[in-house]
Amino acid sequence: MLKAVMARFRQGHRTMKYPDAPQPLPPRFRGLPLLDATRCGDDCRVCADACPYGAISASGHLALDMGKCLFCGECAVACPHEALTFSTDARLSNRSRNGLTVTAGEQYHPSGALEGELLRLFGRSLKLREVSAGGCNACEADTNVLSTIGWDLGRFGIQFVASPRHADGMFVTGPVSENMRLALLDTYAAIPEPKLVIVAGACAINGGPFKDHAEVHNGADGFVPVDLYIPGCPPSPLTILDGLLRLVGRIQ
Amino acid sequence: MSFGMKTFYNGTSFPRADIPMPDNDTFFQGVLDSITAGWRVCSYFGVPNAEGATLYCIMSARSGSGVLGVVATTVGRSFPSLAALCPQLHLFEREIAEQCLTRPEGHAWLKPVRFQKPLCEGKGFWSAADGGGLLPAVMDFYRVEGDEVHEVAVGPVHAGVIEPGHFRFQCHGEEVFHLEIALGFQHRGIERALIGAPTPRTMHQMETIAGDTTVGHGQAYCMNMESLGGYFASPRAETVRGIALELERLANHTGDLGALAGDVGYLPTASFCGRIRGDFLNMTALLCGSRFSRGLLRPGGIGYDCDASIADELHKKLHSAREDLTGAVKLLWDTPSVMARLEDVGIVSEKDARDIGLVGPAARACGLNRDVRCDHPFGIFRMSQIPVVTATTCDVAARTRLRWLEAERSMDFIDEQVRHLPRGSYRNQPKEIVPDRCAVALTEGWRGEICHVALTDDRGRFERYKIVDPSFHNWNGLGLALRNQQISDFPLCNKSFNLSYCGFDL
Repeated sequence: MLKAVMARFRQGHRTMKYPDAPQPLPPRFRGLPLLDATRCGDDCRVCADACPYGAISASGHLALDMGKCLFCGECAVACPHEALTFSTDARLSNRSRNGLTVTAGEQYHPSGALEGELLRLFGRSLKLREVSAGGCNACEADTNVLSTIGWDLGRFGIQFVASPRHADGMFVTGPVSENMRLALLDTYAAIPEPKLVIVAGACAINGGPFKDHAEVHNGADGFVPVDLYIPGCPPSPLTILDGLLRLVGRIQ
Repeated sequence: MSFGMKTFYNGTSFPRADIPMPDNDTFFQGVLDSITAGWRVCSYFGVPNAEGATLYCIMSARSGSGVLGVVATTVGRSFPSLAALCPQLHLFEREIAEQCLTRPEGHAWLKPVRFQKPLCEGKGFWSAADGGGLLPAVMDFYRVEGDEVHEVAVGPVHAGVIEPGHFRFQCHGEEVFHLEIALGFQHRGIERALIGAPTPRTMHQMETIAGDTTVGHGQAYCMNMESLGGYFASPRAETVRGIALELERLANHTGDLGALAGDVGYLPTASFCGRIRGDFLNMTALLCGSRFSRGLLRPGGIGYDCDASIADELHKKLHSAREDLTGAVKLLWDTPSVMARLEDVGIVSEKDARDIGLVGPAARACGLNRDVRCDHPFGIFRMSQIPVVTATTCDVAARTRLRWLEAERSMDFIDEQVRHLPRGSYRNQPKEIVPDRCAVALTEGWRGEICHVALTDDRGRFERYKIVDPSFHNWNGLGLALRNQQISDFPLCNKSFNLSYCGFDL
């Protein structure tokens, strides 16, 4: 017992300050893309061609769809003009699918909060049921991290629960494999109204690395109405936390 | 006992014409004899054709020699099942049946593996009443009948933030007689997508075969691309890959140690390890920006160099994480109530482990000295060896302690490597891969042996790219571990294996 108390003392208090203070990320972290079309060469499509998932449109004006993006950074390496770089800004989530597109010359606005009755109901207590629907377990791993002492999601009244009957919403990861389609729909049906759907990761938004495979459905859109999109492959725990806190109005 | 197998070393490629193609009798008798003589099957798969399939068997020689062997044979719509004599083949044969529509005659347990469509035209062997083998977990489960025997079904969606799978327990009161596991919910069709590859998407698919084993699978793919293209990763790149592989092992072993503590209700270690796991993931992010090594491994080397300032910082962070982890884990050994809960639970005997072909920490906890880093060294492990740790008690306690001992060895390794990074380039230019060749790469992921086999066609595209995740060998071990245990021991036994659903499901 004494040893456990001493270990506790040595390990110290490790819960991070976010959102009251910024959370530092490693310098090579690839967050919000920064697009500067003024640097682009005439008819240059190098970045768009470097993306195997078609996340970038370079004809007309430069734009990047974070819903398709795996944040691999190969476009930034390929670009000869430094017109496309990745910042360490992890605030990426959005309430709408179209809103995930970052356009050159426009400021990106991460998601806003729920409105009215939904905010009143869920703003201070949000229970989520996670459905892993065909991904690679990285999104799940970095979602799990939020429940560790470093992040302590519970302090915001947000919790992952063990039954859809206890839940206010569904948290989906994975591209929705055909083999998980029914389980996903059953889980959604079992959650009492009113309910939310949050999709996390490139897979759940758009199929991710498995986009267009015959065995997957390119994400949860079309099966369930989505209230929040959290991009990344996988999203950083900070991106997930930031998205959830914006949704419940803890960050404006 | 190589009965004319083509023998070779890990990470090499050779013309497909060199693969011996004996008649069926010689092939099956040879495989049987080799296994009896101590060879072990790394991969056994089919390439479907119009009349049946060509079966390829990749085997590893008994310790020490570092030799691998390959042999193939062409079969029609059926082939003799060896599963009853060699249980380690049982799932491979089911997979061949499901993917190639050729039936293993005499297989006692012929059920779907992933509930997937075959890789060729045609219908599977399962009746419409069983969902035609395409409805996940709809199959003929093994049942125990009798008074007071009952069945417990769990999943696919589980209580935590974890992957889907279905577990069927046959129980007598609290005692589990038998556990059958139905997977396939995470099936994303990776192997089908790899026919005709490589494409610009391939590396990303390899990184996400199992997202917690990005380096393990990424390394195997890079090795195959490099041996097929006739180019190399520099010593500097191989060193960074080795560091990343051990960081991946450390993050996962640390997470498992915490999860095991959590499952026996010992919160100090559970809380501390949950956080320290993040420290190791963040060290990986220091190297490449991603906590899961995305973008780090690329054919020809690594995507990001590890410059002196990063190496220094890594070294510092490792030192502090080591202190924290040592303190957190030591609490387990010092707490009798924790050890009492871990000991003599979930035993898989050494003989069973050998018979079913366990790999990785699960095998080493049963006293089997199996570790690709030593048996078939690749990359940096050809120059710098990590001692293999084994245990003998074969229970949850052994699998727990083994993780800690391996974590210590991994930290020693990184500590050494990061201070002596070789100079030179970090990325060599990839070259086109060569037609009509076979490449085999084995790596030791944190769950155990990963095996990738590439067969290129006459245009230099993959005719077949076969992936075996360690979980493919090991899920049966979890089933055996539960025999005659309390059903309440399941979470603990499950954590002590911590197998991958997506790595199995592909």
